[in-house]
Amino acid sequence: MFKQAWAICKKDLNSEIRTRYAVNSLLMFIIVVISVIRFSLGEEKITSEMNAGLLWIIIFFSTSNGLSRVFVSEEERGTSLVLKLTACSQSVILGKLIFNTILTFIINFLIIFLYIIITGLEIKNTGLFSLIVTLGNLGLSSVLTIIAALISKANSKATLYPVLAFPLLLPLLLAAISATTLTIDGAPFGSISGEVQMIVSFTIVVVTASFLLFEFVWND
Amino acid sequence: MSGEFKIKAVNLTRKFDRRTIFENVNFEINSGSAIAITGKNGSGKSTLIKIISNLLSQSSGSIDLYENNNKVKRENIFRYIGFVSPYLNLYDEFSGFENLKLISNIRGEGHNNIDLVLQKVGLYQRRNDLLKIYSSGMKQRLKIAFAILHNPQILLMDEPTSNLDHDGVSIVDNITDEYKINKIVIIATNDEHERSLCSSDINLNDSSNQKINGE
Ligand SMILES: Nc1ncnc2c1ncn2[C@@H]1O[C@H](COP(=O)(O)OP(=O)(O)OP(=O)(O)O)[C@@H](O)[C@H]1O
Ligand SMILES: [Mg+2]
Repeated sequence: MFKQAWAICKKDLNSEIRTRYAVNSLLMFIIVVISVIRFSLGEEKITSEMNAGLLWIIIFFSTSNGLSRVFVSEEERGTSLVLKLTACSQSVILGKLIFNTILTFIINFLIIFLYIIITGLEIKNTGLFSLIVTLGNLGLSSVLTIIAALISKANSKATLYPVLAFPLLLPLLLAAISATTLTIDGAPFGSISGEVQMIVSFTIVVVTASFLLFEFVWND
Repeated sequence: MSGEFKIKAVNLTRKFDRRTIFENVNFEINSGSAIAITGKNGSGKSTLIKIISNLLSQSSGSIDLYENNNKVKRENIFRYIGFVSPYLNLYDEFSGFENLKLISNIRGEGHNNIDLVLQKVGLYQRRNDLLKIYSSGMKQRLKIAFAILHNPQILLMDEPTSNLDHDGVSIVDNITDEYKINKIVIIATNDEHERSLCSSDINLNDSSNQKINGE
């Protein structure tokens, strides 16, 4: 199953490298948004809460743009039958999950890198900040993957996606924002352990549910 | 992976919403036969072939695949099946060779067959061209290559010769002749020639029950 999943993921990576569907549009989006933030702020200093909030808002909208493609593009191009005829549903969801996670990490690395360069954000506790971003990414990509699977058969996919994703991701985003704020201010692990637990358990629940649910979504 | 295979359908019925497409279809197909599914446009040929391959589920009735009289789990049926269909597309952004390569990677089998099937369908010379620039007949040939890549026990083909030229048609003929010796071939078709490759019919027009046995 892992080999199959990895083969599916590799196929998607190669396809993304060939077509750059997601990456091109995302790159523009990220640069534009961060620049707008920079210009509208001017020389004003903003609080850590604001920084954390802005960061996660950018992350949310960029990823919810990019990650929906995994199932939608297979469905639209009529290639989903190929996957149905060559792999079991567990391999498919795992492969897509791995691909989306890799994509999320690339997107978010870019976002944070550009955000720090453009706004001059200083992070006091880089280690914990990275931990929160990493865990947040895992949660984000798992939610967005299963939602992508759910909406791929619907008609108005582009609107449905963020509308469905937002309420589901709200607990994750709130925990991530609050923990990110604290790490920017340099808080120790003890003060964000609650958020870490929250994010980790959230992710585990979502991934488990995805594996149970996906079979019914995939085979109509 | 060889043995005796059997597909058995009992009172198979499929509805879309309230419309009944076909009702109480019964048949039994054994290894070593070629069966045509016939019927007028919209009679449910493609639907039935999708149900056989577990891409779609029936509304009622049962359909099962048996290997040496042991029932194959539904979620494993795809391993035994090769499927050609106008509803299926391969990946445009990859070449013919890359498509077969990634498919055998996902399936975990068929790696050694790639060149062979490309030659069989006459695409070997063009194997490194992107699918994007293939003609429709070339795409159809590649679909056939995809279907036989893993030497399936059951070959399901929906209008396999559409878009094919004279040579392409004889490729389908040869493959059908080869497979029907000890495997199962099922062709959904209205085409007289495709029908002539098969020894018996499942006709979906008369919704009264048929029993077909390809022994
Ligand atoms: N997803 C679907 N939703 C609703 N109705 C459908 C769906 N798919 C097929 N149908 C209906 O089922 C019927 C049978 O369709 P199918 O494609 O199986 O016909 P067919 O026998 O293959 O026809 P043709 O000879 O044109 O290929 C048609 O009336 C079609 O409208
Ligand atoms: Mg049809």
